[in-house]
Amino acid sequence: MSYEIFKINEELKEFMPQEIVDLEEKATWGNPKRGVMDLPYAKELVEEHSLCAGCPESAAFRYILASLPNPEETIIVNSTGCTSLVFPHIALHTVHSLFGNQNAIASGIKRTLEWRFPDKVKDVVVLAGDGATVDIGLDCTLQSFFRQEKITTICFDNEVYANTGGQESGMTVKGQVFKMAPKGKQFDKVPMWQLAIDSGCHYVVRMTVSSPKKVEKVIKQAIYVAREVGPTYIHLYTPCILEIGLNADQGLWEMRQTDKERFKFFEYMTDEAKEVIKRKKEEGLI
Amino acid sequence: MQETQQVQYNRAGQRVVSPDYLLFEAPREKQFMTGSEVVKEAVKRASVDASVSYPITPQSEAAHLIGELWVEGYVGVYFRGESEFGVMSEVAGCAMAGGRTITTTSGPGTLRAMENFPMWAGSRLPLQLVLMARGVNSPLTIQPDNLEISFLLDTGCMVWHAENAQELFEMILAGFVVAEQPDVHVPVITAIDGFFISHTREAVMLPPDDIALPPYDPYKAPMPPIDMEMAPGRFLRDPYVMKSNYISYASHTSWQFEVRSAIERSRPYAKHYLRGLIEEFGNPEAEVVLIASGTAGAQAKEAAIILSEDEGVPTRVIRLKTIRPFPGEEILQALRNAKYVFVPEFNVIGWLEREVRRVLYGKTDVPIVGSPRVAGGMTMPPEVIVKEVLKTLGKEAKHVI
Ligand SMILES: Cc1ncc(C[n+]2csc(CCOP(=O)(O)OP(=O)(O)O)c2C)c(N)n1
Ligand code: SF4
Ligand SMILES: [Mg+2]
Repeated sequence: MSYEIFKINEELKEFMPQEIVDLEEKATWGNPKRGVMDLPYAKELVEEHSLCAGCPESAAFRYILASLPNPEETIIVNSTGCTSLVFPHIALHTVHSLFGNQNAIASGIKRTLEWRFPDKVKDVVVLAGDGATVDIGLDCTLQSFFRQEKITTICFDNEVYANTGGQESGMTVKGQVFKMAPKGKQFDKVPMWQLAIDSGCHYVVRMTVSSPKKVEKVIKQAIYVAREVGPTYIHLYTPCILEIGLNADQGLWEMRQTDKERFKFFEYMTDEAKEVIKRKKEEGLI
Repeated sequence: MQETQQVQYNRAGQRVVSPDYLLFEAPREKQFMTGSEVVKEAVKRASVDASVSYPITPQSEAAHLIGELWVEGYVGVYFRGESEFGVMSEVAGCAMAGGRTITTTSGPGTLRAMENFPMWAGSRLPLQLVLMARGVNSPLTIQPDNLEISFLLDTGCMVWHAENAQELFEMILAGFVVAEQPDVHVPVITAIDGFFISHTREAVMLPPDDIALPPYDPYKAPMPPIDMEMAPGRFLRDPYVMKSNYISYASHTSWQFEVRSAIERSRPYAKHYLRGLIEEFGNPEAEVVLIASGTAGAQAKEAAIILSEDEGVPTRVIRLKTIRPFPGEEILQALRNAKYVFVPEFNVIGWLEREVRRVLYGKTDVPIVGSPRVAGGMTMPPEVIVKEVLKTLGKEAKHVI
């Protein structure tokens, strides 16, 4: 339907909350070149958030939503966790159903939309925590990669089960003491980006969200490749400042530290992905 | 000038007809087929958009056959999922995206998928699950047993129970029609007793296969489909977990009541398309009443004939077609002059007896006997029911046993 759906009936406009009116008048629709540079000027697609003050996940949300090339045709699937509290504030169709089934839900949605709208491009993007993506949902995550579902999966890795109060997850680093790991974690951080490559993803990135422009580029590339080729996976470090004892203004600092070590920028792409990215660059879309 | 009527076709090229025409008026032809094959015939005439499958006996064959329909162009989306948990989420995705969706499972598959069913109902998805009941693992069994139906009764899904392949055919078609009513819009589980129905061949009467149900219109749904074709709905923007306050608690409570009310609102539709929520069989004056559903209903009918004709004990049957909604009023009315109620079942816990007791409590003093019960693959010959009735009545068997 496109962004026409955000047009408000003129007769009702005076009764609408300002944020809804702004969505029609000030958001960036119909412009695949939109990006993080719009952030200070355009109406954002996330209205507010209910994360802790300074939580890097909130920055990640804003960058990702500002970078979607086709928001008017984008469906976002999420899972349970700190992030799930943000989805109700997103001005797009989002789904929360269960904890860990996000890639299964997304598979059903993507395939059915392809069947119902053969002449349209509808992007399906999964956004979930590390517990959801790598622990409880690993089966659904990897199986969607094996099946070559044309969806983009983004993992918010805060290296902990944050929403349930700070328990060890598969993404916690070895030795870290958390709840349920009172002697420190006994095994290594799961190399999820490598599993994604081995499981058939065509574009895989591991990074922190310390650099908005870089996040924009990666999100666009991942979505364009998923559209045409197959599954893509982005693994983002979004530290849980609450559980590692940092202040609200220290998230960026923490990410910059890890930029140089375990979250050093890593990018993988298949030849088919390269071709898409090259073409999109030539078209001026990346 | 005479008005020309617009003939419509679905994406498979079948002529679209009204549910009433398809179910009640279209000419029918006799076929001899298994319950699994009947699933294929029903899905073929249901303008289905999507199906996802996973192997488990005894439902696998039905799922294979839906796959054939996909190859033949009658179903839009079809694939094998990774597990029943995955599959029930995948079909949820298909339904959320606005597709008419069906899947099938059995026993351990149902339990593996369990977390999904209340989510389907709470998301108001008019999904259909054809449940071919089998035992659950305590220990491993693949035999007929319908214990699992008990676990599904409080998920917020409608639960119907077919007696034979013919009724399964009607229920699959009616299931979509009822589940998709805007004032209902909750999932429907059409259950059969596995093997007895799925794997045995019987005569069924089928309408032609070049006609089909009208396609699903997701824009009539009480919840917007997840397709970015209409403005995001309020529900998407305000889940109850977001606010820890009394409004949130109250709205979550009322949402749960609303899902149950939606099942109640399905009554008139189910009554119409299933020709009643119950079937009464036998001499209406008989004082011995057998209440049963599924294949136990068929066995009860045989037993009622033996009891009435050979043993001199006039007996009748109240067979339930729907378990959710539960036809409590209908049962109460049908009981009339009953002196004894027996509830034969294919499971050890007696979920139907429990349901019957619940609705009859305080309304009648007729003794309710939760027996006989067979499970784990045992059959229930009518003689077992006859014996139980005669024993309770303190009578000697004159004939068969
Ligand atoms: C089946 C199930 N098991 C457990 C939970 C409890 N639970 C809710 S959120 C959560 C933690 C989520 O962790 P993660 O995915 O890493 O997201 P985060 O909160 O860290 O952002 C857990 C364990 C649940 N909701 N459902
Ligand atoms: S608990 Fe951690 S991950 Fe969750 S909102 Fe707070 S800082 Fe962010
Ligand atoms: Mg986490």
